[in-house]
Amino acid sequence: MKSSARELTYAEAIRDAFAVALERDPRVLLLGLGVPDPKGFFGTTLGLQKQFGADRVMDMPCAENGMTGVMLGAALNGLRPVINHQRLDFALLAMDPMCTQAAKWHYMFGGAMKMPVVFRMIIGRGWGQGPQHSQCLHSWFAHIPGLKVVMPTTPHDAKGLLLAAIEDDNPVVFIEHRWLHHLKGEVPAGHYTVPIGPARRARAGRDVTIVAFSYMVLEALEAAEKLAEDGIDAEVIDVRSLRPLDQSLLLASLRKTGRLVVADTGHSTAGMAAEILAIAGESAFGSLRAAPRRVCFPDCPTPTSPSLSAEYYPRAGHIVAAVRATLQRPPNDDDLLVPAGAELDKPNPAFTGPF
Amino acid sequence: MRKLRRPEIALNSNHHPVSKKSPHTKRPDDSAPAYNARLAPINARLGQDEQIAFYRDMVRIRRFEERCLRAYQQGKIGGFLHLYIGQESLAVGCCSVMSKQDHIITAYRDHGHALGVGMSMNELMAENYGKYTGCSKGKGSSMHYFDPSRHFWGGHGIVGGQIPLGIGIAFALKYKGVKGACMAFMGDGAVNQGAVHESYNLAALWDLPVVFVIENNGYSMGTSQARSSAGPSLAQRAEGYGMSWDISENGHDVLEVRDKVSQALKRAHEEHKPTVLEIRTYRSRGHSIADPDTTYREKHEIEEYKRTKDPIMVYQNTLVAEGVLNDELIAKIDESARAEAETSAQFADQSPFPTVEDIKKDVYWETDNPADRKSVGTLFFD
Repeated sequence: MKSSARELTYAEAIRDAFAVALERDPRVLLLGLGVPDPKGFFGTTLGLQKQFGADRVMDMPCAENGMTGVMLGAALNGLRPVINHQRLDFALLAMDPMCTQAAKWHYMFGGAMKMPVVFRMIIGRGWGQGPQHSQCLHSWFAHIPGLKVVMPTTPHDAKGLLLAAIEDDNPVVFIEHRWLHHLKGEVPAGHYTVPIGPARRARAGRDVTIVAFSYMVLEALEAAEKLAEDGIDAEVIDVRSLRPLDQSLLLASLRKTGRLVVADTGHSTAGMAAEILAIAGESAFGSLRAAPRRVCFPDCPTPTSPSLSAEYYPRAGHIVAAVRATLQRPPNDDDLLVPAGAELDKPNPAFTGPF
Repeated sequence: MRKLRRPEIALNSNHHPVSKKSPHTKRPDDSAPAYNARLAPINARLGQDEQIAFYRDMVRIRRFEERCLRAYQQGKIGGFLHLYIGQESLAVGCCSVMSKQDHIITAYRDHGHALGVGMSMNELMAENYGKYTGCSKGKGSSMHYFDPSRHFWGGHGIVGGQIPLGIGIAFALKYKGVKGACMAFMGDGAVNQGAVHESYNLAALWDLPVVFVIENNGYSMGTSQARSSAGPSLAQRAEGYGMSWDISENGHDVLEVRDKVSQALKRAHEEHKPTVLEIRTYRSRGHSIADPDTTYREKHEIEEYKRTKDPIMVYQNTLVAEGVLNDELIAKIDESARAEAETSAQFADQSPFPTVEDIKKDVYWETDNPADRKSVGTLFFD
C-alpha cells in the first residue's frame, strides 16, 4: 500500500521486519553475538530486546557452531529462530549445522519435518576489513540442495524478503551487504512479504543484460547510466534470490538483448556468476550474440590496504568495460579512471563506520 | 623425536583410563553401605513384569541386530551398520525412565534407542534395506532412524553434531514453558568436538533441562580413549562449566543405568539443570561392520567382556537368581525376539524400493507440500 510507505534505510527496514515478525509470531526469536548491543547490529536490531524481551532477542557466546545447532533443535521443536552473524565469515564456523544438518533434515528423515530457520549474514567491503571480514561466499550456500539463498538489494526487498524467509519452512540463508545498510528507499509499514524467487528488473534496456547481485546492482545501475551516454541501452536484473533462481526472467532478457554481463560480489572461480553463464550457455546459446562476461573479485584474498582496494573491488567502470567488450566496442581507458579524491574504500564520504 | 607427554592415567583395561584418584565418587566413610543400584528408589519397587520387560527389550535389540548383520552379510543391507551389541543396557535403561515429556537424540549407533522408544522392527529393518516403508522412506538408513512422535530425534552421522540439536530441543521446551528434558547421547569420541563443549557452556549458562549421556565404550572408531582424550575422566570436564556430573561404572547393569540417568533427569525436571553422565560400557563388535575389529584391541579384551559383563547375560543371571526368569521363559522371550526380527527381515524384503521419482522429493518442504509453497523459480538446477 503506497499510502503506508515511508522512506527508511536498508538497516531500518531490516529492523522493521524483525519487529513485525516478533510481534506477529511468538515462535520467532533472534539470536546473535551483539544483537542487543547499543549500536544494535548496525542499527538492524536497535531496541528490539527492550521491546520483546531478552528471552526472544538474545545475545550469545562466541559459539557459532554449537549455537547454530541449538537453534536447529529449537526449530525442530516448534520455534522459528533467526541466527545473526555480523560477518558471513563468522558463519563458516557453523558450516556443519547449516549444510550437513539443516539442509539435510527434511530429506534424510523422509520428508517428515520442517526446518524453519534463517541464517542471516553480512558481507563487508573495504574499510580495511581484509581477508577475514569480507568474504562473499553466497555461492557455497547456493550449491547446497535443501538451502535457499537470498540477497536483497533495496530496503523494500530487504524487509519483504526477510519476512518471507522467517515464514518459510525451509532453512534460508539471508545475505546483506554492509554497503547497502545506508541505502534509503520506500518501505511499506506493517506486514508484507516479497516472495522468495522472482528476480527484479531494475532497469529496462535493449542492448545488453547486466545480471547483478546485492550491492553490485547499484554499480550496475551506475554503469547503465554511463553506457546510456554512449547510446547503449542496458537492462539490469537484480537477482534477489540465488536459490530458487528466476531463470525465466534472466533468459527472457537474454533472448531480447543477446548479450550478457554478470556482476557478482564474490570471486569468479566456481561462483554464482559462473552458474548464470552456464545457464545462459545451456538454455539460450542460440540467442547469444557475443561471449558473455563476468565482473567479479580477483582470485586472491581481500587486501586491507586502501591503496589496493581500488584495484581489488570491481565497480561500475569494470561493468562498463565488460559491456563494451560484448558489443565489440573498443576499450575506453576512461572507464576505469578514479576521480581525484574519490575514496573507493568507503560506501560514501559521510561514512565513518562502524564496520 | 620428543616423546609426547601423556596424561597421568592408569588403565583398568586397555580401553577405559581411570584416574588414580577416583574423580567422582566421594566416599563419605568406610561404614557407609556400598552402592547398590537395586536399592535405588527407581529400582526398589520394580514389579516382575517390568524386570522382564527390561530383559526382553535388551534381547529384542540383540536379536534384531544379529538379523541385521545376517542381512548385511547376504548383501541385503549396504553402507553403514553400527551395531550396539554389548551396550543394550544403556538404551533400555535410559529409555525406561523417560517420561512422556522427555526427548532423546543420538548419533549413528541408534538401533537400541529406536527400539527403546518403541519403534517397530519392521520400519527399522526396512530402512536398513533402503525400502520405502522404512522410517525415513529409505533415505536415511541405519544411521538415521527417527520418530518425532516418540520424541526420538535421530540418528545422526556427524560425531558430536547431534548434541547442539539436543540442547536446542531442551531450549525450546524451556522457551515454551513445557515440562520435560532432553537426553543427548554421544560416544566417547564426541566429547572432543568443539560443538559438544559449546553445548556444555550453553546448557549450563541458560540452565537447560539436559542430560548429556556419554556412552563410553572405550573406542572412538579404533582410537582408544587413552589415545584421544586428556583429563582424568570424560564426565569431569563438566566441572569447568559448573555442571553436575556422574559416572556409571557398571554400564552393563541396566538397573545402575536406570538409577544414574533418573537422578540426572530429576535434576533436569526439578531444577532445570544439566548433567553430564558418563556410562562405561563396551561394544562387542567393531565400530561398524566394515571394521576389522581386532587390529586396535586384543581379542581377549572382547572375550573377557562378553564372558563377564555382557548386559543380557548379567541381567539374566540376576533375574534367574531372583526367581523372576526361568529357562522356559528365557527360551520363550528369545524365540519371540528372533521371530520378530525374522518377520522384519521378510517385511523389508517384500517392501518396495523408493521410485526414481522419489529422488528429488523431500529436499524442500514446499516441493512436497505445494499448498505451503511460498517461493517460485528454479530450485533444482540440473
